[in-house]
Amino acid sequence: MNILSLFPAIPVLMMLGLWLSRNLRQIHAVMVTGASLLLGLAIALVFVYLGLRADGQTAEMLLTDSHVWYAPLNIHYAVGVDGISVAMLLLSAVIVFTGTFASWKMADGAKEFFMWFCLLSTGVFGFFISVDLFTMFMFYEVALIPMYLLIGVWGTGRKEYSAMKLTLMLMGGSALILIGILGIYYGAGATTMNITEIAALHNIPAEMQRIWFPIVFIGFGVLGALFPFHTWSPDGHASAPTAVSMLHAGVLMKLGGYGCFRIAMYLLPEAAQELSWIFIILTTISVVYGAFSACVQTDLKYINAYSSVSHCGLVLFAILMINTTAATGAVLQMLSHGLMTALFFALIGMIYGRTHTRDIRELSGLMKVMPFLSVCYVIAGLANLGLPGLSGFVAEMTIFNGAFMVQDTFHRVATIIACTSIVITAVYILRLIGKILYGTCTNPEHLKLTDATWDERLAVSVLIIAIAGLGLSPLWMSDMISDSIIPLISHILN
Amino acid sequence: MEYTVLILLLPFLSFILTGLLGTRLKPAAAGLAGTAVTGAVTVLCYWTAAAYFSAGRYASGVFPTLIPWNTVWLPFGGSLHIDLGIMLDPISVMMLVVISTVSLMVHIYSFGYMKGERGFQRYYSFLSLFTMSMLGLVLATNIFQMYIFWELVGVSSYLLIGFYYTKKEAVAASKKAFIVTRFADLGFLIGILIYGFYTGTFSFSPDAPALGAAKALLPVALGLMFIGGAGKSAMFPLHIWLPDAMEGPTPVSALIHAATMVVAGVYLVARMFPLFIGYAPEVLHVTAYVGAFTALYAAIVACVQSDIKRVLAFSTISQIGFMIVALGVCTSSDPHEGGLGYMASMFHLFTHAMFKALLFLGAGCIIHAVHSNEMSAMGGLRKYMPVTHITFLVACLSIAGIWPLSGFFSKDEILAACFSFSPWMGWIMTAIAGLTAFYMFRLYYCIFWGKENRELHAAHRPHEAPLTMTVPLMILAAITLVAGWIPFGEFVSSDGHAYRIHIDWTVAGISLCVAAAGIALATWMYLREDRTVADGLAVRFSGLHKAAYHRFYIDEIYQFITHRIIFACISTPVAWFDRHVVDGFMNLLAAVTNKVSWAIKGMQSGYIQRYSIWFLGGVLSIAIILMLI
Repeated sequence: MNILSLFPAIPVLMMLGLWLSRNLRQIHAVMVTGASLLLGLAIALVFVYLGLRADGQTAEMLLTDSHVWYAPLNIHYAVGVDGISVAMLLLSAVIVFTGTFASWKMADGAKEFFMWFCLLSTGVFGFFISVDLFTMFMFYEVALIPMYLLIGVWGTGRKEYSAMKLTLMLMGGSALILIGILGIYYGAGATTMNITEIAALHNIPAEMQRIWFPIVFIGFGVLGALFPFHTWSPDGHASAPTAVSMLHAGVLMKLGGYGCFRIAMYLLPEAAQELSWIFIILTTISVVYGAFSACVQTDLKYINAYSSVSHCGLVLFAILMINTTAATGAVLQMLSHGLMTALFFALIGMIYGRTHTRDIRELSGLMKVMPFLSVCYVIAGLANLGLPGLSGFVAEMTIFNGAFMVQDTFHRVATIIACTSIVITAVYILRLIGKILYGTCTNPEHLKLTDATWDERLAVSVLIIAIAGLGLSPLWMSDMISDSIIPLISHILN
Repeated sequence: MEYTVLILLLPFLSFILTGLLGTRLKPAAAGLAGTAVTGAVTVLCYWTAAAYFSAGRYASGVFPTLIPWNTVWLPFGGSLHIDLGIMLDPISVMMLVVISTVSLMVHIYSFGYMKGERGFQRYYSFLSLFTMSMLGLVLATNIFQMYIFWELVGVSSYLLIGFYYTKKEAVAASKKAFIVTRFADLGFLIGILIYGFYTGTFSFSPDAPALGAAKALLPVALGLMFIGGAGKSAMFPLHIWLPDAMEGPTPVSALIHAATMVVAGVYLVARMFPLFIGYAPEVLHVTAYVGAFTALYAAIVACVQSDIKRVLAFSTISQIGFMIVALGVCTSSDPHEGGLGYMASMFHLFTHAMFKALLFLGAGCIIHAVHSNEMSAMGGLRKYMPVTHITFLVACLSIAGIWPLSGFFSKDEILAACFSFSPWMGWIMTAIAGLTAFYMFRLYYCIFWGKENRELHAAHRPHEAPLTMTVPLMILAAITLVAGWIPFGEFVSSDGHAYRIHIDWTVAGISLCVAAAGIALATWMYLREDRTVADGLAVRFSGLHKAAYHRFYIDEIYQFITHRIIFACISTPVAWFDRHVVDGFMNLLAAVTNKVSWAIKGMQSGYIQRYSIWFLGGVLSIAIILMLI
């Protein structure tokens, strides 16, 4: 069996284990074993992958495997990875691992919660290893559906409304994706669903591409928080339980960026070049608009949700620049944003679990009360505003440099507008830190609160180590990604 | 000289260790660790300087530019990549000496000043972070590395200004400092993007063909970079963060907001000097005008402030203006022909760092003694604090430009450079030098002479600071006394060749006379106990006095822009638009779908009769349509 198939298989086995578990202890045992295994596997995969590349394997996708699934439509269970998907798998494994610890104290319906959580992970892992359009789509759906239940049942606030909104909007997106996939399949002569093969055929007529490109791009863009299809994000995140927010913002939103690049741009290259300007305008708006909106929000999760709109906007923005550097930056930004935002949501969950409020007007002086969580919050904030030495800087600088390499006034202006987000980000992050962490604690109830417990410390520390690791020595990750980006970009350009 | 890597590595390790251990470490242990590391770094820096300057020049007469260590940190594709490395050339080695000296003094001084403070460990940890970042900034081998450490310096400044994080003003000040400099850094970043794209490298000295290709856009890139420098170096109108930054602990003000970080902008211009002079001399002259205006503005404001740290802050802004002017008035890279300003600027940077750090540390002792920043709480302190008094006087004389203190020599070179640029510039800068002497001695008399606040001093008798605090003062005062005699031009000059400093006695005579006049005026107005003249003037020109006291309302303008325009006119409407228009549309879609399904659900009634009516109706209408066609 292919090593890649283990990624979706382990969560399925975990579900089985959870089903058999009788008490919280056993549930925890299953989750920790499974999540650690996934993390170990992802790290091993990085080494295997880099080893294969070092041995001179130049094929676009490595570790490929393919089994016929439904012959009449040429649907295969086809898997394979390149540097981009390896990076994404590593990210997903880290988030699943830390998400497990962040929801350690889940008591009501823990078993069901973790089962849905595992199903969600199956979908995510499956999506990143697939190279078959239909299999990919199927895993995509597997990742989306559990979200409805996880938010609707275990959420807070207006959870039914948010769950419904999120699911419907994302479903709308996947309807577009399905149409687009079929369009691509038939456009390419209906002989294969394999992404690399379709790309190699390169036979979709340009006029058809012009129809399918916007459809697929918007379809995935909904999940990537593309303006104006992002409004599910603030409500959805605000209502979701901690681990779900982490996984959703940390990994699921990356499915959007990944899909936009791998399917919309890669398979429909002529249209991508021709129509990218429309989406550059939309993503530039996303970047600035999300940041400005975040400046006046009062709910911690809303601030982070709008910040995600801004940062994920940068991912799509970079992809649309169609050059190697910017696209490498986009993948780095996906990694960086995934880690950062997961850290933010984890911390917000921990603070909310103690204070029972997320309204920044009701919080103050938390630094004295819970120093560990507060310091971590400051680190997350600094990563978010792009401090060198943390991951955000690496990603943003790669994107800005890449985007600046496109030499015409339109792209230049868009790049400079996008650059201004570094200032606005500083404004809302520092406002937030100043309001809730600094100052004196005015609420006497809050003075009695305690700092992080071991499980919380573990979750947060792993994320911070990952953020600092990527920020301090980005070279190997950047090299791994850009090696795989180069053939994709040259395919889109030619 | 690979050991220079340790100059960056040691403070970094110290930061990580003291930061991770935090309160598990005893305060004294954290302080000692930080100080020991800084001590080691200082030794290394002096060693490096000695080795570098004694190794001698190339046959061409210039010092070599050494890169003992360099590594690719992040490639951007093509020829662009960010390197991390260490570059030794005359100005970076000079900066090593400045930074390590002041940093070590501040580390020692803080033992006394911060004694018993909550967060002592955190304080030393941040100091290490700052020292590492500042050293990295000056040692940078390329413009992007400089930007990286530039940002790190900014964040350590943010953390240290907000050290007293329970104090509202400190939090606001730290936020302001970070955001204003971030705004300026946006210019820096775009400048770097342009520079990197058109020259194909981030290195400070691209090869000739690359420069030729980039010729048209180099002035733009350099101008944008100067905006970044103006932000860090508090040039008008981006200076507003610096006076507020005085909310931080006083030793921090001495280190970061007087001696080292705020001169980063000057260092940046000096670093890019060959490009400025070769490709964008007009931009360089613009910086001179910006610097001159800033120097004048800050000097006027400094004359009427009542908080001693604010006086010193505005004095810093004014003195940095001098350094920028000196760079800006250069017209060639030959020190004998219009390139004197470069050497003068670096010389002033060096001497200013020492005496301004001394002034701030002295102010710290005074604040420590009377528990207030306001001059009204002081007066007549000379008999209580002799060491502080004498060292403070030395620094005041030096900044006023009195022979034979260090400030005289460096300021004289600046004025000579200004006069050779244009007489106008020369006279204006001379006048500002006179103002400098006036406001510094106003400060000096108000603190140590004049009317004593007896009630306050009776309740709490001022006392001299402990040795940990006075020893750094004495060391810095000693440096201030002798630094002027350093043959600075031998080490640093605009074309790298040795330059013998000679004093132009006409210029020196004028500047001495003006300084003496300033001091005399201050003596007449502020030495005695009653201040009828000063108070009378303040009443007579109350409008001007009030405007200057409120720093000409620049802060209010910023408040207006940020709160009224950015928050009220952009962010709030955007957020409203998002919730009500964009999201409203989605909700509308859902509501319409809902409504329609309610409206038509009656069709699924389950009654056979209704279905058959619909069926018949359908058949009939189709039949009619078919017949009509």
